[in-house]
Amino acid sequence: MSERLASLLQDQASVGSGRDKFEVKKLDFFYDKFNALTDITVGIAEHAVTAFIGPSGCGKSTFLRCLNRMNDLIPGTRVEGQILLDGQEIHGPGVDPVDLRRRVGMIFQQPNPFPMSIYDNVAYGPRLHGMRKKSELDGIVEESLKRANLWKEVKDILGRGGLTLSGGQQQRLCIARVLAVEPDVLLMDEPCSAIDPTSVQKVEDLMAELKDRITIVIVTHNMQQAARVSDFTAFFLQEMAGEPAHLIEFERTAALFTSPKDKRTEDYITGRFG
Amino acid sequence: MQSQERVNKNVTNGIALAVIWLAAIATVGALGTILVYVFVNGIGQLTPTFIFTNPHGVLMEGGIWPTIQATLYVTALAMLITTPIAVLAAVYLAEYAVQGRLVQTIRFAADSLASVPSIVMGLFGLSLFVEGLGMRLSAIAAALSLAFLLLPIIVRTTEESIRAVPKYIRWGSYGLGASKWQTVSRIVLPSALPRITTGVILAAGRAAGETAVVIYTMGTMINAPVSPMDPGRTMPVDLMLKAQEGINVPSAYGTAMLLVLMVLAFNLVARWIGRRNRRMQG
Repeated sequence: MSERLASLLQDQASVGSGRDKFEVKKLDFFYDKFNALTDITVGIAEHAVTAFIGPSGCGKSTFLRCLNRMNDLIPGTRVEGQILLDGQEIHGPGVDPVDLRRRVGMIFQQPNPFPMSIYDNVAYGPRLHGMRKKSELDGIVEESLKRANLWKEVKDILGRGGLTLSGGQQQRLCIARVLAVEPDVLLMDEPCSAIDPTSVQKVEDLMAELKDRITIVIVTHNMQQAARVSDFTAFFLQEMAGEPAHLIEFERTAALFTSPKDKRTEDYITGRFG
Repeated sequence: MQSQERVNKNVTNGIALAVIWLAAIATVGALGTILVYVFVNGIGQLTPTFIFTNPHGVLMEGGIWPTIQATLYVTALAMLITTPIAVLAAVYLAEYAVQGRLVQTIRFAADSLASVPSIVMGLFGLSLFVEGLGMRLSAIAAALSLAFLLLPIIVRTTEESIRAVPKYIRWGSYGLGASKWQTVSRIVLPSALPRITTGVILAAGRAAGETAVVIYTMGTMINAPVSPMDPGRTMPVDLMLKAQEGINVPSAYGTAMLLVLMVLAFNLVARWIGRRNRRMQG
């Protein structure tokens, strides 16, 4: 037993930086009176990929949006419990949600380039934060597009509208746009469900490259994708309509998919529901 | 089973289609008839002399140039006053106000204001601006009264344009650490701009064609206004007086035709902007 624990710890240490970027403690989330999520306690490893899986409506996207306080934008929402980012409570009085969202970037299901040029899309974030010098912006735009594996395809058409790109390119443009503000964490809310298979491959490769420097959290409907890209997997489930969703199981991805501890996890990953 | 139907469904389908077609034809036909009628009666009048010279004589022979100038002047002035206020109010309603009873009430008030008969607005302008504030019959008094009429229209079209900007585009901006104002000014308003412009231009068309408000606030004096304090006679007012008194009916049709062309041009420009925008975003 202690041998197994030791090997598990060894394993744990080999992924990411070995410490938790986020520590979530006893989190409850409410839409008005409705308790959508309850008693979520989880640690999200730095410089690793953590996947949230579960059937539709299980609160995984809601939980993701708690991590950069995006839910603040939805009227009537409320959070109880703690979310620590690098040990600091993100709801604390000294934390500006606008600043938090720069550190914790987000990619959405629907690629959402702004109706402006490719260049301006990527330069948008740095400009927001006061960067004006053309030479510096040029550098950031090129670097970000390279990190998002889009540079080769767009380097000659930077002045063209972001919306003229294909869906998969648009999604990588959105990733470049987020990388340009140098976030510590990248939250991805089903980033691949609206793009073509070739682009899915590119985005997945990208995640593997980015995790050296960035902590990634991905919500996905696709269990194969979770198994391919993530180091840790959290399974969420709302067992009854009207009841809050729970975190059922949180494990190393390999362990969760090969030997789930909870019967409900096993039923889900073997396709018995959801 | 088929034989038990009281009326064959193909027949009812045919009747429904015919009725819908008739309604459509009546609508297009009404517009067509008006355009043809005005065109036939007015086309003979439309000479450069008619458009670009001053009227003279007791029968108002000659041109209508001062009334065209007055119309454009008062329309531009009204838009200049109304647009910034209306757009800011719409931004507040759509983006900042806590959606609830108060905003519902404001919206209802705006809708009610939009449906106040324009003659009442003219009377109000007469007592408030012309007499109360001592502006006399002037372009500024007319523009301010028109502002009351146009404000709710532009507020509502702008508010709808802003709401039509997809939520996920805003979230993209917030997700990069943008503040609310940065998101509104750099993403939401530019995205909504073509639709907002369309609404503003349509409102300008409404202002250019407005008679009742203007006659009480700017008067009937034939005069090309230079200062906002100057009175003047706009094209709709000119048309009304000529037709009412029967002094120069052919000239009235000329004015009518020019006015229709002007308002039609406003509508076509608005439509063109709307289309161009759809192509660019599509």
